[in-house]
Amino acid sequence: MQSQATYNYKVVRQFAIMTVVWGIVGMLVGVIVAAQLVWPELNFAEWFHFGRLRPLHTNAVIFAFGGCALFATSYYVVQRTCHTTLFAPGLAQFTFWGWQLIIVLAAITLPLGITSGKEYAELEWPIDILIAVVWVSYALVFFGTVAKRKTSHIYVANWFFGAFILTVALLHIVNSAAIPVSLTKSYSAYAGVQDAMIQWWYGHNAVGFFLTAGFLGMMYYFVPKQADRPVYSYRLSVVHFWALIFTYMWAGPHHLHYTALPDWTQSVGMLFSLILLAPSWGGMINGIMTLSGAWHKLRTDPILKFLITSLSFYGMSTFEGPMMSVKTVNALSHYTDWTVGHVHSGALGWVAMVSIGSIYYLLPRMYGKTEMYSTKLITTHFWVATIGVVLYIASMWIAGVMQGLMWRATNPDGTLTYSFVESVKASYPFWSIRLLGGVLFLGGMLIMFYNMVKTISGQKAYDAPVVAPAAAHA
Amino acid sequence: MADFVSGFWNMWVMVLVALSILFCAIVLLTNMKGEKSETGEAQLHGHVWDETLCEYNNPLPRWWMYLFWITLIFAVVYMVVFPGFGNTKGIFGWSSAHGENSQYAREMKAAEERYGPIFAKYQNQDLQAVAADPEANAMGQRMFLTYCAQCHGSDARGAKGFPNLTDSDWLYGGAPDTIKTTIMGGRQGMMPPFGPVVGAEGAKDLANYVRSLSGLANDAARAQKGADLFAQNCAACHGADATGNQAIGAPNLADKTWLYGSSEATIVETVTKGRQNRMPAFAEFLGDAKVHLLAAYVYSLSNK
Repeated sequence: MQSQATYNYKVVRQFAIMTVVWGIVGMLVGVIVAAQLVWPELNFAEWFHFGRLRPLHTNAVIFAFGGCALFATSYYVVQRTCHTTLFAPGLAQFTFWGWQLIIVLAAITLPLGITSGKEYAELEWPIDILIAVVWVSYALVFFGTVAKRKTSHIYVANWFFGAFILTVALLHIVNSAAIPVSLTKSYSAYAGVQDAMIQWWYGHNAVGFFLTAGFLGMMYYFVPKQADRPVYSYRLSVVHFWALIFTYMWAGPHHLHYTALPDWTQSVGMLFSLILLAPSWGGMINGIMTLSGAWHKLRTDPILKFLITSLSFYGMSTFEGPMMSVKTVNALSHYTDWTVGHVHSGALGWVAMVSIGSIYYLLPRMYGKTEMYSTKLITTHFWVATIGVVLYIASMWIAGVMQGLMWRATNPDGTLTYSFVESVKASYPFWSIRLLGGVLFLGGMLIMFYNMVKTISGQKAYDAPVVAPAAAHA
Repeated sequence: MADFVSGFWNMWVMVLVALSILFCAIVLLTNMKGEKSETGEAQLHGHVWDETLCEYNNPLPRWWMYLFWITLIFAVVYMVVFPGFGNTKGIFGWSSAHGENSQYAREMKAAEERYGPIFAKYQNQDLQAVAADPEANAMGQRMFLTYCAQCHGSDARGAKGFPNLTDSDWLYGGAPDTIKTTIMGGRQGMMPPFGPVVGAEGAKDLANYVRSLSGLANDAARAQKGADLFAQNCAACHGADATGNQAIGAPNLADKTWLYGSSEATIVETVTKGRQNRMPAFAEFLGDAKVHLLAAYVYSLSNK
């Protein structure tokens, strides 16, 4: 008997649309801070200063843009692969409005200078509590849906989404522990190097679980769907999933090389970062090889172009990351723009591109269609975004290595060859190229926005009927 | 200092590190043998989700397994020879910064052996002679750009609150040895706040008085009142004639040089709230030989 129930698409729709909106906002702030580095005159008010807008940029792109993309895709994927409706749809609605409120509060408090000063965890304690409440609700909805699934096996995408949701809850709650002194000010519960270590345990796992595991979940659904091919290897997905989960937790100390952190802790961070290379590449291989037998589709399908290019950037940055965690390489790269380039090859190349590809797949289906308004505009978006990323990371690589070399250059008498400000001056051309790259990537998002508006305007929201699971097992 | 409050946590970390590596090895080991079907075709794993989603069960790529093994083995070997497994020292006994044989100590020693003599040859020379030596001057300038330019500017002409070093006006004195003393030991500049003593009106009167001393526009009636206040409250440090006292770093208020600015509002602020200023000490950080060259360079800036 075909069930007449329909999937809960409303919350997916809401998060999908806000993904594009917050993507534009977050990247616009990124373009502004990039411009402030080229023209310091643009720091014209304290609430508009680089130091306050930069955390707004990182919060907006990671948690607003990336977060909405993860909510949208995980709610979509978990329903469809569990062949059931969402558990507690009212709670799912609460996660949407709660998350939007958090984003708006961030956009108000950060420019006002209200911050806990922890990178990627700047929001003050009342907002932190709200995040924890929303996140636990998210976990209830997600795992509740998995629990009432109609299939015997849990699809691989849900392993990654599940790991991401559980771990982010743990990371957020531990790292945000603080002693409030007023509504807008608190002090970390940890002190000194322990505080730094907790912060980077959080910070690197925010990369590992928020920006990697979650988006791998996305990849495991949308790549095989869009390519219409089976996933390359179940076995590989098992091995790389568990290896990734077990090793990422240890990688944080590589952010604290050559600091007051004990030597052994630094070593552990470096070694597990190196071990991470293979598990990370396992995801890339599984995604890209899924396309084997269907390579020709890349030529005509811009959504696949987005998805496969994102995996290439994922492979690149997960090679670069372990290399940069090696202490001798880190001695050159740390504190330079190389780090900024590395982060953006992951953030723009991997996270943004896989999200964009997934949203292009998902959005028309929210309105009973299978295609966006214009496939041609998706192709244009792809090329504009790709050129943007390449300009961004190439300029930051050059600037970063140059800064590292300038800072360590010495005269025959041992004095430094360059004063700091000379390395700043030498970086200007590359900061300008970076700005251009950022403008291009933002331009691509505006094309997406136009395409989205054209796709959904005049269309009725559509909730697909729940599909009965396939009965036959091979 | 020990890294742990008790030995338990050391063991805890060791066990977790070992388990994590072992776990990776076991997951890898139990999945090494992939079965390809007899026809050589990849097999489907047998489940279908959401109408079309299914999975092949291809074996792990061989090169990928080797890569994984290499990193796992490297990690184990590294933890044997370097610190990394709990707080064990590793058989090389390497340390970044603890002890005489640490990387930091060795690099500092090597640098001292290599560069020390270059600086030492000037150490016993008279500062004025060093200032006249072009090579020493170039070395001094390079150090100035690294250590001093952040506050005093790369042209040494200072900024608000940071003295200009190229003029002939000195807070603590411009003799070569005095400059060296300033760099070696640093200086604590302290102008006490007089707001509670002279009041808002009094501060304005004082501002007008000191402006009159440097020939700046002022309200004569206020300046007149200010002169009395000055004699009572300020003369002790700045002198009866307001020309300052280099022994305690009290600025000359009768010249055209103003560390914080000469506008009435700025002077009122200075009088009311006082000023705190600090030149850091470099003796421990740079040592006598380098400061010697630095002092000679700074001296040369106003004694061409």
